[in-house]
Amino acid sequence: MTKMSGAQAVVEALKRQKVEAIFGIIGGAVLPIYDVLYETPEIRHILARHEQCAAHAADGYARASGRPGVCMATSGPGATNLVTGIANAYMDSSPIIALTGQVNAFAVNSSYLIGKDAFQEADIIGITTPVTKYNYQPKKASEIPKIVKQAFYIATTGRPGPVLIDLPKNVQSETAEMKFTDNVEIRGYKPKTDPHLGQVKKAVELLFKAERPVILAGGGIIASNASPELLALAELLMSPVTTPLMGKGCFPENHPLSLGNLGMHGTRAATKLILEADVLLAVGTRFSDRTTGKLDEFCPDAKIIHIDIDTAEIGKNVDVDIPIVADAKKALKEIYKYLTKKLQKKESSQWFKRVQEVKDQLKDEVSGGEKDLKPPRLIKELRKILPNNAIVTTEVGQNQMWAALHFTAYEPRTFISSGGLGTMGFGFPASIGAKVACPDRPVVDIAGDGSFRMTEQDLACSVQEKIPVTVIVLNNSVLGMVAQWQRLFYGRRYSAVNLGSVPDFVKLAEAYGAKGTRVGSLKEFSNAVRKAIKSEVTTVIDVPISPEENVFPMIPAGAGLKGMVKSEEEL
Amino acid sequence: MDEKSHIIAAIVEHKPGVLYSVANMFRRRNFNIESISVGPTEKNDLARMTITVNGDEKLVEQVIKQMNKLIDVIKVSRLDPTNIVSREMALVKITTHDAKARSDIINYADIFRARVVDVSSETLMAEITGGSDKIDAFIDLMRPFGVKEVARTGITALSRGAKSVRIE
Ligand SMILES: Cc1ncc(C[n+]2csc(CCOP(=O)(O)OP(=O)(O)O)c2C)c(N)n1
Repeated sequence: MTKMSGAQAVVEALKRQKVEAIFGIIGGAVLPIYDVLYETPEIRHILARHEQCAAHAADGYARASGRPGVCMATSGPGATNLVTGIANAYMDSSPIIALTGQVNAFAVNSSYLIGKDAFQEADIIGITTPVTKYNYQPKKASEIPKIVKQAFYIATTGRPGPVLIDLPKNVQSETAEMKFTDNVEIRGYKPKTDPHLGQVKKAVELLFKAERPVILAGGGIIASNASPELLALAELLMSPVTTPLMGKGCFPENHPLSLGNLGMHGTRAATKLILEADVLLAVGTRFSDRTTGKLDEFCPDAKIIHIDIDTAEIGKNVDVDIPIVADAKKALKEIYKYLTKKLQKKESSQWFKRVQEVKDQLKDEVSGGEKDLKPPRLIKELRKILPNNAIVTTEVGQNQMWAALHFTAYEPRTFISSGGLGTMGFGFPASIGAKVACPDRPVVDIAGDGSFRMTEQDLACSVQEKIPVTVIVLNNSVLGMVAQWQRLFYGRRYSAVNLGSVPDFVKLAEAYGAKGTRVGSLKEFSNAVRKAIKSEVTTVIDVPISPEENVFPMIPAGAGLKGMVKSEEEL
Repeated sequence: MDEKSHIIAAIVEHKPGVLYSVANMFRRRNFNIESISVGPTEKNDLARMTITVNGDEKLVEQVIKQMNKLIDVIKVSRLDPTNIVSREMALVKITTHDAKARSDIINYADIFRARVVDVSSETLMAEITGGSDKIDAFIDLMRPFGVKEVARTGITALSRGAKSVRIE
C-alpha cells in the first residue's frame, strides 16, 4: 500500500502497463494528471491538435504495435471530440484506452456536480456505452489501480476494443492508500480462447475432404498474431487465401495462394474463386456487408467453418455449418495439428492449378505514359520503393480502395485502414501513432484531399513532436468516392462533392513547418517518395490526379459477389 | 421462422448503469423488449433481470449472445416456457358508477383471484397476479366498466425444480 493522489495512481498504473506514450489534449478537468505527467519522463505525452486525432493516433499505435494505445482528453468537449476515434476503434476491434476528465463527483465543498450540467460536463459514459467494450467512472481514488488494470485487460483480451475511464477531477486530486495488484478477476468477463476439440475435429474432417477450399482471413488473424499458423495451414491445404479489408497483410500478398482482398472493391480473382469454393474457412471475420455483398448470393454452395473469438459473431450475419469460438491462433494450430496426421503437404493440386489460372486471367493490367498519374500505378510504384515492413495507412474513399487493391502487403500490421466506420481523417493521425510505435520504419498515409483536410491540423503535432511521416495526397479536387457513386448511379449529378483547388497543399505543409512538394510525373513521384521517407520532417506530396477516375472492379451496393463489374460499361 | 415470446433471465452486477447498458444494447441492435423486470437476488451484489422478447429462434440466440457479451452481465439463460413458474402483477383502477357495478367488479375479481386493495366513491383498485394471459383477460373484462389506470410489473419467472440461474 502506498499513499498517493488519484492522478498519481493513474500515471503509476499506466507505467505498470508499460505505456510509453499518451496522445492527448489538456484541459481543466485533467490538470491533476497532466501535473503528474510533468515529472514522468518514462511516459511521452504527444500533444495532438484535436482530440479526434489523439484517439486515431492511439488506434494507429495499437494497430501497428499490437500494444494498447492510450489517449486522453478533458471533460465535455474534449471527451466528445474523442468519440469518433473511439467508435472507429470499436468497429475495427482495436485496443485503445481513453482517459477523460470529468467534473467533480464530490467537490471539496461537498457540492455534487455530476448530473447538474456543470461547466464542461458531458455524459461521456452514456455517450460511449454503445461504442466501447466497457467504461468506468471511479467514485473514489482508491479504485483507480484496479480499474486501470481491468481496463487494459478488457481492451486487450478476447475481442479487443476500446475502454474508457472517466475520471472526476476530485477523484484525481484525492489521496488514498493505493493497492496495485496484477490479478484481474471480472466475473462477467471470461473470454474463451481454447477451441472445442469436437468442433475442431469436425472442421478437420470437412477440410480434409474439401476439393476447393478457400480461406477468408480477417482482422482476427492480425489481432491474435496468427499469420504463421495461417500460412502453414493454407500451404498444407493448398488453399487460396482472401482477406476482407481488415485482414489485409495477414497473409503475404505475393504468395501464390494469395487472392488479395474480397469485398465491394475486392479483386476479381478472389470474387470468382470464393464462389467456386466447396468449403470456406472464415477466420476472425464478421462477414460485413461490404465484404459479402448480398448475403443469399454469398457462397451458397460452400460449407462454412467460422472461427471467431466473439460468440456473438457466430450466426450474426451468415449461417455457418461449423462454428468454433476461439482465439484464431489457437484454433488454427489445433486444426493444423489434426490435419497433418491425415494430409501430406502437396506440391500442386487441381485446385491450385485452377487458382493460378484464374489469377493469371484476371491480373490487372496497369499501363499509361510517364505523365499519366493513375492511382493504381502510383501505388504500385510506392510499393516498389518502400521496404517490406513499411507501414501504410489510408484515408477513406477512392484512395483507400486503390490502396487496398494495388498495394501488395507482405506483413501483418503494415496496412492500417478504417474498415468498419470508414472514417475520413483517420489515416493521417493513425500514421503518427504508427510512427511512434515503429520509429525505425517508414510510415506513409495514402490520402484523398477531402479526408486529409479533416485532420490535417496534426501536421503541427507531427512537426513539433518530430514524428516524421509521409502523406501522399491523391488530389482529385473532389470527394472522389461519392462523386464516383454520383457518376455511376445518380446520372452525374455532382451534388456537393467539388472541393476546388483549395488549399494549396504544398503551402499548407510549409505553413506548418513540414515539407510540401507537388509532382507531375511518375518519376517525380518516386523521387519525392524516396526523399520523404528519409526526411526528418513530415512531407506532404501533392499528386494532382483526374477527378474522373473510378475505382474498379466494383460490386454495386445491394448486389451479390456475382454482380461484380470491372468498368462503367458493364453496369 | 416462427415468431413467439421468449423469456430470458439474466444475473447482472447490481450497480448503476447496468440497466442502461442492457437497454441500450437492445435499442442499438434493434431488438424489442416486450417487458422487463429487475430486482435484487438472493445475493445483494447481484440483480436479476427477466426480459421477454418477441422473435424467431435466430433473434433470441443473438439476444442471448449480445447480452452475454456485456461485461456486467454475468449469466444469461433462456427459460423453458413449459417448465417455469412465470408471474406478472398488475394494479387496475376501475371506475364504479353505481353500487351494481361495484358488486359486479368484486364478483369478477373473486373469480380471477384478484384482491380489491382500494376503494373510493368513484373508483376501485384491484391487484391481480398470474400469467400475462390471465391479466389481459381480467383487464378486458373490466373495460366496459371503465379502466382508468393500469400498472403492470412485466413478467418475472423462475424455473421449476432444482434447475436455476444463479452464481455460486
Ligand atoms: C467523416 C466522414 N464524412 C463523410 C464520409 C462520406 N464519404 C465517404 S468517401 C468520401 C469522399 C472522400 O474524399 P477524399 O478524401 O478526397 O478521397 P477520394 O475518394 O477522392 O480518394 C466521403 C465524403 C466519410 N466516410 N467520413
